[in-house]
Amino acid sequence: MTVLVGYVPTPLGEATLRAGVEEARRRAERLVVVNMSRDDVLVDAHRAGPDDLDRVERDVAELGVDVEVVRIEEGGDPADALIHAAHERAASVIVIGLRHRSPVGKLIMGSTAQRILLDARCPVLAVKEDGG
Amino acid sequence: MDNISALLGGFADVITPVNLLIALLGVTVGTAVGVLPGIGPAMTVALLLPLTYGLPVEQSLILFGGIFYGGMYGGSTTSILLNTPGESASVVTALEGNKMAKTGRAAQALATSAIGSFVAGTIGTMLIVLVMPQVVDFAITLGSPEFLAIILVAFVGTAAILGSSRVRGFAALLMGITLGLVGTDFVTGQQRLTFGSPFLADNIDVIVIAVGIFAVGEALWVAAHLRRRAATVIPVGRPWLSRADWGRSWKPWLRGTALGFPFGAIPAGGAEIPTFMSYLTERRLSKHPEEFGKGAIEGVAGPEAANNASAAGTMVPLLALGLPTNATAAIIIAAFMSYGIEPGPLLLTKQPDLVWMLIASLFIGNFFLLVLNLPLAPTWAKLLRIPRPYLYAGILFFASMGAYAVQGQPFDLYLLLALGFIGFAMRRFGLPVLPLIVGAILGPLFERHLRRSLQTSGGDISGLVGGPVALVCYFIILGVLVWPLVARLRRGARGDDDDADHGGDDTPSGPVSTSTTHTWEGPGS
Repeated sequence: MTVLVGYVPTPLGEATLRAGVEEARRRAERLVVVNMSRDDVLVDAHRAGPDDLDRVERDVAELGVDVEVVRIEEGGDPADALIHAAHERAASVIVIGLRHRSPVGKLIMGSTAQRILLDARCPVLAVKEDGG
Repeated sequence: MDNISALLGGFADVITPVNLLIALLGVTVGTAVGVLPGIGPAMTVALLLPLTYGLPVEQSLILFGGIFYGGMYGGSTTSILLNTPGESASVVTALEGNKMAKTGRAAQALATSAIGSFVAGTIGTMLIVLVMPQVVDFAITLGSPEFLAIILVAFVGTAAILGSSRVRGFAALLMGITLGLVGTDFVTGQQRLTFGSPFLADNIDVIVIAVGIFAVGEALWVAAHLRRRAATVIPVGRPWLSRADWGRSWKPWLRGTALGFPFGAIPAGGAEIPTFMSYLTERRLSKHPEEFGKGAIEGVAGPEAANNASAAGTMVPLLALGLPTNATAAIIIAAFMSYGIEPGPLLLTKQPDLVWMLIASLFIGNFFLLVLNLPLAPTWAKLLRIPRPYLYAGILFFASMGAYAVQGQPFDLYLLLALGFIGFAMRRFGLPVLPLIVGAILGPLFERHLRRSLQTSGGDISGLVGGPVALVCYFIILGVLVWPLVARLRRGARGDDDDADHGGDDTPSGPVSTSTTHTWEGPGS
């Protein structure tokens, strides 16, 4: 069993990662950090660079948690990719970050977080930026 | 002095709130499509052409001129930040620009390209004012045989000089001429290549051809091919230049302008060759040759000035002769025709206000572009986050709407789809798109001049070689066609033809674009 974190290179992503580390310690499980970037855009702001992922791996390992960093670069849907990864690695919990979205923004773009909450087969821990 | 006062008159016409808004809209749209790889100003103008039927001709030309200039600015942003040239004219910019960005000098690279573009655009537009009327005075004395020869130069130039292989270039050109021939013969009234369809009897509209080949072809190509991993954005602050950067930039700007303008003005010169030549010149003249390949500012400043100056140069044959030298200019010619204005040497005499207003709007658009691009470059880079499916769904929507709007016939939609598949196949097999468009637009004009000269000479072939201008043109054509053969023979005689040079590929930008940057095989220019 593992704890799966959806990581993005933003303050919210760092907060999500911290919550994931805590959760992995509490459950004494392996931590899987997933960074997803879409392949149908030229630039994805959610893509974490190699340096970034190396740093995450080092920091978490220093905290004494067993960690695996996964980068997914295929597909156009982060929600699908995350749920699939969670299924593959038998995740006992998924940790994701929740952004504040305006009603219009939600109407047009939909919400990745919402899709994960509805479709995941395991519990989901949602983290907000302020208050961690 | 006449030119200057006429230009001032043009400024007086263009400075109305509505015209300024249209110019602003044009340069904004132009920058946006310039930033996005695969979507160029030519495709955009083709897509917008049917939508501007409702506008007065002046305003739609201001819009298109703005898009044309804007595309040249926008292309550099993607080159620098992503190493993916937004336009084929910005391929060279990526060489040094992306290296600069990777060493944390993205802001300076963007600044030198924006200011260089402004300098080159302003000088280039001023040169239009000075050169164009002289060319018109000369062109008015030319008859049909001379025009026939000049169009032939444009044909051979676009087919043989641009692109990777002559055979492919000529194949594309012949496809274009064939498409241009569909319809009713204007002398005898015979139907040609219509297959008995009444819809084809009235020629294929150039808009349908352009939209099909550029927009639908590109959309199909992207749908079939281009999935690739997203890149990480290189963060940039506000673009600025230090005193040292200014000192290193201003000479490359001026040299780039000097190289770009004449190349834009000759048929089939384009922006690719002068940008590459400017890069080579800067590398040779630089006081810091060791920086080249690691992010030298001269390597960004020169080519960026060259591509904008060539955009300005394009306007000279476009306005003086009615000859397009790149894809966007070809579509602008089609726009003139759709308003019932005959582009050619008489344009300046018949529509002086229109011409001077267009040129004045280019000055103003150029200024807007500097204001839009210098502080906002990081914002433009955000456009790259738009998922491709959304983008291309929008393009296909506009393409279908535009094709349908031409005549209100469902038949045009089938034609659009068929042409889209041709466009897709051309990209698949590496055929350049520009010769097809040039062939389709100039083909009918070519035929008209050919038959007119033959009619005046009573069917005598010698009537085609009338006057020194025609002779010079035919010598140029002969040179372009024969030179690669001669060069190959000489190389063969020296016995060192070890480089497998298939198809006479002597475009200088070839090796650069394939080895060091990711080129986007789209309708760039």
